[in-house]
Amino acid sequence: MTDSTTERPDLGKTTDPHEGVDPVDVLPETGGTDSSQAMVAPAPGGSDFMTRLGDTGFFRIAGLAVVLLVIAIVGTVTAGDRFLDVNNFLTILKLSAVLGVVSVGMTFVIIGGGIDLSVGAVVALSSVWATTVATQDMARDSHWLLILLAAVAVGAVAGLINGVLIAYGKVVAFIATLAMLVGARALAENISDNRTQIVSDMPGFYDFFGAEPLGIPMTVWVFALVAVIGWVLLNRTTFGRRTFAVGGNPEAARLAGINVRRHTVLLYVLVGVCAGLAAVLLIARTTTGNSAHGELLELDAIAAVVIGGTLLAGGRGTITGTVLGVLIFTTLTNVFTLNNRPPSEQDLLKGAVIVAAVLLQQWLASRKRTT
Amino acid sequence: MNTSDAPLLQVRGIVKEFPGVRALGGVDLDVRAGEVHCLLGQNGAGKSTMIKILSASYIPDEGTITWKGEPAKFGSPQAAINAGIATIYQELDLVDGLTVAENVFLGHELSSVGFSRRAAANKRTREILARLGHSEISPTRLVGELSPAGQQVVSMARALSHEVDLLILDEPSAVLDHGEVENLFRVVKNLTEQGVAIVYISHRLEEIREIGDRITVLKDGSTVATGLPAKSTPTADLIKLMTGRNIEYVFPQRDDAAQVADDVVLEVRDLALDGVFSGVDMTVRAGEIVGLAGLVGAGRSEILETIYGARRATSGTVSVDGKRLRRGAVDAAVKAGIGLAPEERKSQGLLLDQAVATNITVSSLNRFSRLGFIDRSGEKARSIELTESLDVRPTGVTRAVRTLSGGNQQKVVLARWLLRGCRVLLLDEPTRGVDVGARAEIYKLIRSLADSGVAVVVVSSEVEEVLGLADRVLVVREGRVVHEAAAAHIDESRVLDLVMEGTPA
Repeated sequence: MTDSTTERPDLGKTTDPHEGVDPVDVLPETGGTDSSQAMVAPAPGGSDFMTRLGDTGFFRIAGLAVVLLVIAIVGTVTAGDRFLDVNNFLTILKLSAVLGVVSVGMTFVIIGGGIDLSVGAVVALSSVWATTVATQDMARDSHWLLILLAAVAVGAVAGLINGVLIAYGKVVAFIATLAMLVGARALAENISDNRTQIVSDMPGFYDFFGAEPLGIPMTVWVFALVAVIGWVLLNRTTFGRRTFAVGGNPEAARLAGINVRRHTVLLYVLVGVCAGLAAVLLIARTTTGNSAHGELLELDAIAAVVIGGTLLAGGRGTITGTVLGVLIFTTLTNVFTLNNRPPSEQDLLKGAVIVAAVLLQQWLASRKRTT
Repeated sequence: MNTSDAPLLQVRGIVKEFPGVRALGGVDLDVRAGEVHCLLGQNGAGKSTMIKILSASYIPDEGTITWKGEPAKFGSPQAAINAGIATIYQELDLVDGLTVAENVFLGHELSSVGFSRRAAANKRTREILARLGHSEISPTRLVGELSPAGQQVVSMARALSHEVDLLILDEPSAVLDHGEVENLFRVVKNLTEQGVAIVYISHRLEEIREIGDRITVLKDGSTVATGLPAKSTPTADLIKLMTGRNIEYVFPQRDDAAQVADDVVLEVRDLALDGVFSGVDMTVRAGEIVGLAGLVGAGRSEILETIYGARRATSGTVSVDGKRLRRGAVDAAVKAGIGLAPEERKSQGLLLDQAVATNITVSSLNRFSRLGFIDRSGEKARSIELTESLDVRPTGVTRAVRTLSGGNQQKVVLARWLLRGCRVLLLDEPTRGVDVGARAEIYKLIRSLADSGVAVVVVSSEVEEVLGLADRVLVVREGRVVHEAAAAHIDESRVLDLVMEGTPA
């Protein structure tokens, strides 16, 4: 019979009934009194977390942790104390922030069954737009928050255009966001006249983002905050629940009464806002707005999300996985930089890591199935 | 008729079982060279399964197939094709973006040293099309540009690009209009004159009368009559053979008509969808179950989906409790209190990888959330309550709905609308893929929903199910409601008769 084999055309993944399941919502199938008790009266805090660890989701996360650990060991062996240093770790986290914020947004879009190729270009446009606003005379006396609002607004509008084109114009997401990629960067070049726009006299802005509460840079706090908000949004709200539904089976979601098109638009606005926020972090780090900012960021973000176990076909994914995917990428870059290796080697290994991480996760998941 | 006595194909005692279902329980069939042999039977009688066994998509559990006098065991569809048995399914498997000739030779392209011989393929295709009496179709046309009838001819040409002795046609006229059916018959006659045997499946008796030679009738997976003369067997006899069932389904006690309240809940007026159905009127009261009977393709599912707003009506109105609904808006329909259990449960009804609880609450999420945050324990508790009262097995609302059986998946869909608290429930083939035991439970559930004041509309291909479950029956044929009657005042043969009559020429 062909029925069972044609049922799940999802990138050659296995057909274990548990595999495609959001680990947060689905408890392991232990069948005994244990799990049924847990269902009737969900135990608070810790034990609920422990039950969740039993799912394959845990093995995916564990696989990523192993990859990260291996990279860290390589870093320690090759670079020694220069790697194993608190300041180095903070550097890694600081460099993760831009990619991380974008990747959290990208996770939502991909779980929702879409893709956004324009995030890098939108980061560039947001950075140029915001720095233009900041350097205009009339804005000199305005509050530094204006720069943040401008960047986020530009991202949101770009996302809105993407979303409307995709959901209502029925343009394939790949094409719509590809057009935005080209258009947004061209607009950024046009506005900035291909020059780097330096913003130096914005004391409040740099004071805020230069601060290090509890010894941790503000940009890292922002990344952490975005990740936590993303996790809550995805796993605890109706918005997140609908995202899984829309990506997992858009037709069933529609027939269940979910406004799939409106939700799709919201997803692209969300990733646009994340891109705008990433632009702010980039301005804070480089003091510049530049039409070359964020080049190829979309590919790194998609790679980080997919490494994190999110299904490219939609309907499944985790924020935790994405964060680990981002950290794997940044730590890898850090190890190469510490060893003074050329970027070409680094990219070669990046490609290998993407494949290795996905293979490792699948292997661990299949081992879980057989035991 | 130049049929010889020794059968080309002899089938004896075919048995095929699927988990929980005995699809075929002893099918006998003899097909002679050059004849049109019609396979007749109700939905679920086992015709499709039998075709798949002949085309070697399924391997039978028991029974023998003798092909050209020798016992045959085809291991794969390809083996059957090589032996000379070709099948044309209702759903044509053509590639729209390729030319006619490329489709005809798909999978066995003519080539020399790796280069395709397009001229040769075009020439061969032209010959085959001429043999089919359709030389007006150019081998270089794109298949996507052809009409359904033209595409069907291409499908047959593909079958004939191999050496074919037996051609199986599964409801070939379902996609065709009247003039095109004439063409099809011409092709069939052409082929039989060349000695090709045809197994012809159709629900339209007048077609069977016109081109059929002999009839085999299936009922509940077994042959009940074989070798009947197609021209002279009385219609009443055929319908008698097809009806009546060995397995008795248990339908819940129907309430007296007096208990159906007077208030109209669902009112459909002159609803139409271009090219599919038109002029549909329907009134459903609180507590009433209305059944739509008709063949697959008659427009039943489309009527339900249009009422639900999943398809945008070309004209007409749908009102719930007197309030008219916006056209083509599912969310408006859901808000007004309509629920749909769609025909394709897996692809349209369920989030297969998500938990049972998620699937139940997906249409009522706002009730379990405050400021967008989901009250997960409340959600879980309510889902457990519902699954327990519907006896969904295995228990556990956090298990992925994919792991449940068909019947239990359907209960999950029903639980969703139970939770939502519907005024109107539209059920499209509610027991498809559901085993006998769970059927009775689902029937009971549907009846108790109606008793609680819900207006229910049921679509089913099984006449017995419509009659047993519904209070009132609408018979749909070719996009029109052709008859309406109280279920108590109409019987299975009358419905079948209405359904199969076909368009008067």
